[in-house]
Amino acid sequence: MRGGANFRSLAPPLTCLPASSPRKRGEESSLRSPFVPILLGVRARARYLFRVTEQPRLAEQNASVALPEQFIRWFGEKGWSPRAHQIELLARAQAGQSVLLIAPTGAGKTLAGFMPSLTELANRPRRKPGQAHCGIHTLYISPLKALAVDIERNLGKPVEEIGLPVTIETRTGDTPSHKRQRQKLAPPDILLTTPEQLALLIAAPDARRFFEDLRYVVLDELHSLVISKRGHLLALGLARLRAYVPGLQTIGLSATVAEPDELRRWLVGQNPPGEMAGLITVSGGARPDISILDSRERVPWSGHSARYAIPEIYEAIQKHRMTLLFVNTRSQAEMLFQELWRANEDSLPIALHHGSLDVGQRRRVEKAMADNALRAIVATSTLDLGIDWGDVDLVVHVGAPKGASRLAQRIGRANHRMDEPSKAILIPANRFEVLECRAALDANYLGAQDTPPLINGALDVLSQHVLGVACGAPFYADLLFEEVRSAAPYAGLERQTFDRVVDFVATGGYALKNYERYARIRQTKDGLWRVSNPRIAQQYRLNVGTIVEMPELNVRYVRQGRGMAGRGGPVLGKIEEYFAETLRPGDNFLFAGKVLRFEGIRENECVVSNGAGANIIVPAYAGGKFPLSTYLAEQVRGMLADSDRWQALPEQVADWLRLQKEKSVLPKRGDLLVETFPRGNRHYMVAYPFEGRLAHQTLGMLLTRRLERANARPLGFVATDYSLAVWALDDMAALFKAKKPSLAALFDEDMLGDDLEAWLNDSWMLKRTFRTCAVIAGLIEKRFPGQEKSGRQVTVSADLIYDVLRSHEPDHILLQATRTDASAGLLDVSRLAEMLSRVRGRIMHKHLDQISPLALPVMLEIGRESVNGGANESLLMEAADLVEEAMGPRAKPDQEGLT
Amino acid sequence: MNFSLARATLIAEADMVGIAGERAVCDPRGVLYFPDLRLLAVSDLHLEKGSSFARRGALIPPYDTGATLLRLQAVISDYQPSIVISLGDSFHDGGGAERMHQSFRERLEALMAGRDWFWVAGNHDPEAPADLPGETVRELAIGSLLFRHEPSKVRTEGEVAGHLHPCARIVQRGRSVRRRCFAGDGGRMIMPAFGAFTGSLNVLDRAYAGLFRRETLMAYMLGAERIFAISHAMLRPG
Repeated sequence: MRGGANFRSLAPPLTCLPASSPRKRGEESSLRSPFVPILLGVRARARYLFRVTEQPRLAEQNASVALPEQFIRWFGEKGWSPRAHQIELLARAQAGQSVLLIAPTGAGKTLAGFMPSLTELANRPRRKPGQAHCGIHTLYISPLKALAVDIERNLGKPVEEIGLPVTIETRTGDTPSHKRQRQKLAPPDILLTTPEQLALLIAAPDARRFFEDLRYVVLDELHSLVISKRGHLLALGLARLRAYVPGLQTIGLSATVAEPDELRRWLVGQNPPGEMAGLITVSGGARPDISILDSRERVPWSGHSARYAIPEIYEAIQKHRMTLLFVNTRSQAEMLFQELWRANEDSLPIALHHGSLDVGQRRRVEKAMADNALRAIVATSTLDLGIDWGDVDLVVHVGAPKGASRLAQRIGRANHRMDEPSKAILIPANRFEVLECRAALDANYLGAQDTPPLINGALDVLSQHVLGVACGAPFYADLLFEEVRSAAPYAGLERQTFDRVVDFVATGGYALKNYERYARIRQTKDGLWRVSNPRIAQQYRLNVGTIVEMPELNVRYVRQGRGMAGRGGPVLGKIEEYFAETLRPGDNFLFAGKVLRFEGIRENECVVSNGAGANIIVPAYAGGKFPLSTYLAEQVRGMLADSDRWQALPEQVADWLRLQKEKSVLPKRGDLLVETFPRGNRHYMVAYPFEGRLAHQTLGMLLTRRLERANARPLGFVATDYSLAVWALDDMAALFKAKKPSLAALFDEDMLGDDLEAWLNDSWMLKRTFRTCAVIAGLIEKRFPGQEKSGRQVTVSADLIYDVLRSHEPDHILLQATRTDASAGLLDVSRLAEMLSRVRGRIMHKHLDQISPLALPVMLEIGRESVNGGANESLLMEAADLVEEAMGPRAKPDQEGLT
Repeated sequence: MNFSLARATLIAEADMVGIAGERAVCDPRGVLYFPDLRLLAVSDLHLEKGSSFARRGALIPPYDTGATLLRLQAVISDYQPSIVISLGDSFHDGGGAERMHQSFRERLEALMAGRDWFWVAGNHDPEAPADLPGETVRELAIGSLLFRHEPSKVRTEGEVAGHLHPCARIVQRGRSVRRRCFAGDGGRMIMPAFGAFTGSLNVLDRAYAGLFRRETLMAYMLGAERIFAISHAMLRPG
């Protein structure tokens, strides 16, 4: 509670919306002695840093807010008074409502979320010796283990100071089993945990008893929980808890989102559909001071390294107490960290933090940060969420933030107090990113929000949940169906689909009914579904969760010169297996901020030693690639079209756009520009949809298929976040002119029909998605009891299962789930569909004699990466030919082997 | 004997290898055919692997047996061999043959009809498969060839074995390609696993230590239409 910022008084006005149908808990909501009613804003000073939106009813409502005496004393001792939204939330909760609190970081959200629990617990009579333990009173759920630990620390302090008889404990994957068992026997009042742990608790036979005293569920960082499959699992878990405790109240804590109503529905049971939790919005905070680096150096055309700006970034670090540097991918983090140390003549303490690093190392960095022992930290999204450590006074964002909301979140890290402006510098890595940074910056000032829309509940997650429910207690399908539908993501679930899911859980859901005798759950005569044998429950517990990682290898460090024989060095972290596989012994790569020499792969370990040398490969991590948000893409297009706005851009970038206007054309805001030009003995087509790399990749695949059919002999394509280049042997401009096909026909939406289907079926992306779905749905296991399967074995068998299932039962429920996932995620089909429909009749074709300035960035990507069908076979052919070249024509079979 | 056109084209010189002096076709579908002996060898069918997993609670699709038999049917109808050797681990476990669906059993019996069929005992299926024709043997010597499931530790010229499920990996232009393969050094040949649900193990794994002469070891990687012969020096672990 550094500096008391969280409790400093504030001024009304407030606006709040009531819950659409508040639950009544009449007997508990009224005043009780020794509670003293306090009025809002007693010590309010006229500061307008937060505007808490308000309704007239509020004062009257808050007149009945009961804050126990010891709280008032505590606030008094500290010289603080509670903030308006803290009191408001308490009032709503005491009136029996579930509430969504939307507030920027630093607004004292956490304490607000726990106020109802703490005040209630303060007044609870002490347990007499010999009396049975009460169950959990409040469940706190956060997306990160680290956040739960952080909250334990931050909440423990006021609880101790106020003198509350409240026990607070965490329960995460790291909690030792003796502590878990003890928690079952003597539950703490407040349990801090994660969605996976909730699923596990629900799957235990004593779940109902464990949760019977539950009053509140506090959901932290709700905006980040709800957008993933973890959110689906959690929503189903909440529905279960509501079935145990019908009067259960939820309190959601969230950063600003585009559609608060979605979250409000998410927090309460959807019976009747559309029911919503109450809403309290705290807006504002100090307006952040954000600038885009106007570099002395030349901003590169393409690439993501931002190496050009290292000296300027280093200067900024020197000028501030503590700088937090955000990047989008782990490989960028490694690169930036390395470059900063190269520039670090003063040996400033600069640290690195990303999700692949060893946990111990991450904890050390976090501790150093909390102790203010660091001057700079290079971080990825692992530090995105609401963990507040140390006195950060500058946020540097390297690379474009890809979304205005993400930018706002990250900038919130600086100066974790709402009443002081956050300071941030954006460092675009290339010229398109300059446009994007500018757009994001404008958006942040305007308060625009671009969080992704929520998607329907996934069926693989539902399968996992159904088995989990059965592991806990037998269920009736009718009742469980109603319960599942009460969870907002599954509100639209059809009975038929639900029944197929139950069938899948029972016997695999195959048309060939071969597995009846191996059923995992069975319906008994009384109509109840039960787990058919205890081993099933044991396996379920080992496989719970929705996070399926890419197969990873431990990075094991050995002394140089020991090669693969070296043993016993420290583990530096994990890297994706596919990356390690492309390395040759002797290759140097960056990891954990070091240059490492690849020695080889030994079982599940990637063995490395100290490396050196100029030829360094940066790990090409798959994680952490965000597409440009729809909103921001729109802004970038708007900026291109409007030359008045170029004044806000650095001169070299504005120049580049002016040159484009001169040599080619700039598209109007809603138009799609397509340029064609010859180069070498190839013909190029470059389109500028600005829809993000995933959507462009899908578009590229589909366009090349069509061009192949039109005999344009396409050779390949490359996609960036902003544009797409396709090259072919034939003159595509001539084809368009002869309408064989026309450009409009080429970009027709019908490509999303058969073409997409045909391509999807052969796509490795679908296989990868299937693997994830199959693990989540419990078809293949992450682990068998007593034996950890390596990633390789899971990958191989998932691919084989996919092939067999696809050819024998293409409509299987898991394949349906896979297609849905792939369309939304890896392929971004919905975004592509919107774009194709938007640009119909608005495609602007410009034929040029040579490459345009705008095309330069994407053209520079060519050669770094190219995609074409049947590539694998041709690589094999190349390898086989190489052998032939090196060894002469292959020996005749009857001679071979007779040596 | 009617030597069909399909067979003639299948036996192209390009895919021929020598094993202790015998000529064999490495078929990209993962079988070995000895034209002079009219003998087809197939290894590690792992039939009923799906139901074997299902027994333990992992309800993977029950279609693997059908898929494997379909592919086996295709190669048998192409080559029309008079001898078929199934080189061990024909069933994923001892109860596999018993569990097999009646329709699959009938299809398998139809394939076996009119040929000499040998079930070589494997570690997964040491006993003869229940209620199926064919002769179950520990190993089988034909000419200079010796067929057995597990390759022996001592060098044996002319040995044809399975068990290890070999695959090979190359890296070309920064991209990695992994395929099932035949592994042979001219004296010994280890066959890829044929079953629909079988995984694979890199030929550079320590499990293969001492089995081959490194200098003549080739991995015959299975392509879509043809075999790709890759020398030991080009192969990558993992």
